[in-house]
Amino acid sequence: MAYKGHRINPDKFEKGQIKIYLLVLPMVLLCGLPIIFIIFHAFKPMEELFAFPPKFITLHPTLDNFVKLIKASRSGSIPLSKYFFNSIFVTVAVVFGSLLFSTMAAYALSKIKFKGAKIMMQINQIALMFVSVAVMIPRYLVVNKLGMIDTYWAEILPLLALPVGLFLIKQFVDQVPDSLIEAAYMDGAKEWQIYLKVILPLIKPAIATAAILVFQQVWNNLETSNYYVNDDSIKSLAFYMNTLTSTTTTNTVAGQGIAAAASLIMFLPNLILFIILQKNVMNTMAHSGIK
Amino acid sequence: MSKTKVGKRSHNNKSGYVFVFPYAALFVIFILAPVVMAVILSFTNFNAIQFPKFVGFLNYINLITSDDVFMKYVLPNTVKYALIVGVGGYVLAFLLAFGLANLPKIPRTIFALILYSPSMTTGVAMSVLWKILFTGDQTGYLNSWLMDIGIINEPVIWLTNANFLLPIVIIIGLWSSMGVGFLSILAGLLNVDESLYEAAAIDGVKNRFQEMIYVTIPSMKPQMLFAAVMQIVGAFQNGTIATMLAGNPTPGYSAQLIVNHIEDYGFIRYEMGYAAAVSVILLLIVQIFSSVSTKLFGEKD
Repeated sequence: MAYKGHRINPDKFEKGQIKIYLLVLPMVLLCGLPIIFIIFHAFKPMEELFAFPPKFITLHPTLDNFVKLIKASRSGSIPLSKYFFNSIFVTVAVVFGSLLFSTMAAYALSKIKFKGAKIMMQINQIALMFVSVAVMIPRYLVVNKLGMIDTYWAEILPLLALPVGLFLIKQFVDQVPDSLIEAAYMDGAKEWQIYLKVILPLIKPAIATAAILVFQQVWNNLETSNYYVNDDSIKSLAFYMNTLTSTTTTNTVAGQGIAAAASLIMFLPNLILFIILQKNVMNTMAHSGIK
Repeated sequence: MSKTKVGKRSHNNKSGYVFVFPYAALFVIFILAPVVMAVILSFTNFNAIQFPKFVGFLNYINLITSDDVFMKYVLPNTVKYALIVGVGGYVLAFLLAFGLANLPKIPRTIFALILYSPSMTTGVAMSVLWKILFTGDQTGYLNSWLMDIGIINEPVIWLTNANFLLPIVIIIGLWSSMGVGFLSILAGLLNVDESLYEAAAIDGVKNRFQEMIYVTIPSMKPQMLFAAVMQIVGAFQNGTIATMLAGNPTPGYSAQLIVNHIEDYGFIRYEMGYAAAVSVILLLIVQIFSSVSTKLFGEKD
């Protein structure tokens, strides 16, 4: 009898799936356990942090580590809340700005006919391979030349153009039927009205996906605070957490608890955002191919 | 009349420039200009204070002929890392996505989330996590477990041991490599037209492996290519994990990757011209990997 072909995306559990579970589970555990560890570790009291043999699970959860983190930040000249403010301000500015500019560019490149649109898209596609750490020196020189050192601009502007974001959004705008736009145009809508009223509501999944990617770039970013900012009062939370954990390291007794709390605080927003928006991500990724 | 209106829209429409301008300007200033500057600086001697002095190919010649660290450690480490984390991680991403695509929706979504989450632990979360797990005395998690099962008798000082550092960095790289590329492959797999499988079964495809080679991969080439590019870039971008764990330079240059070499020359020794030359080499390596992927998965018209 001929092989019948199996079903991708089955509706329910079948016996044949057991071997897939067995193959996938080790990697799922390997990926998942360290994540669970981050969560457990942040709530461990002192004696469990240094228990011998070390314990994976937290038996007596406590907020001690977070309290210590706040206390440690008091010894510095800049309060923790200021770093929080900086990071939230910069993150909101970058996510909002990046999404605005990428969706505008994606709409134009996909649906407005003008000279150079094709080549611009090709350049952006090549820029998907852009490894920003490779050019951190010339980037520093640019930021310096523009007089943005020690300003919020240095933490915002370099992160706004994210080629992957534009790429994914543009692929999604391609799916919007031209007839919708032509109909709106004939009803007298201007380009910016089409962008706002027709395009934006239809590409929400792609916007959500790009939002996640941009958020991860900026929330965790160390580069901008490290190289473009000397003034401690406008550095990011990611930077502060990093100095806190690298100077005290894991050797000092108080340091380990603080580090555990800091890593949870930095990691959790990424995870929560992804869980909330994950449906949109899969929807967007269906159109992510490079042709 | 309405015809001319649409017609006007489909010709050279100036408003396109207005919409593209903000993104394009930022792209040129912060992506294109730095790349061009890196290329120019790579032909100069520049210490960040005096004006760059043109030196021709000297930086590249030095890189090849007299940079022992680069030739003996950085390049081999980078090649190893890129092959295992880039190429190996890509294959792994495909296999995992293939497995997940054959599971029902709820377990699939949960597993995908778990596999993706390491790629979100960058920076602080990542360095703290691995520093704790790899603590060099018997209170370290890995040491304690390995001693429990009797693989080692005394604790290993993982992060300063030149023999272990690169493998550790590679494992962490793999661990965190199920990112956007992985999600793209998964979405691609889920959207392969079912009728293709039926047709292939009639044409004599006999098992899942044949199905994967003759049906699945050819019909999702665009996603495969996007994922390949993401995987490569991710692999190189994550190269900073070594210095987060062990400082720059890494002990005995054992886990020094090309990204760390750039940082070493650029921000520690202030030999910016030389660092720029190394940057250009890195961009070229990424380009080579990407063009190989394009050869494999690019759609020929």
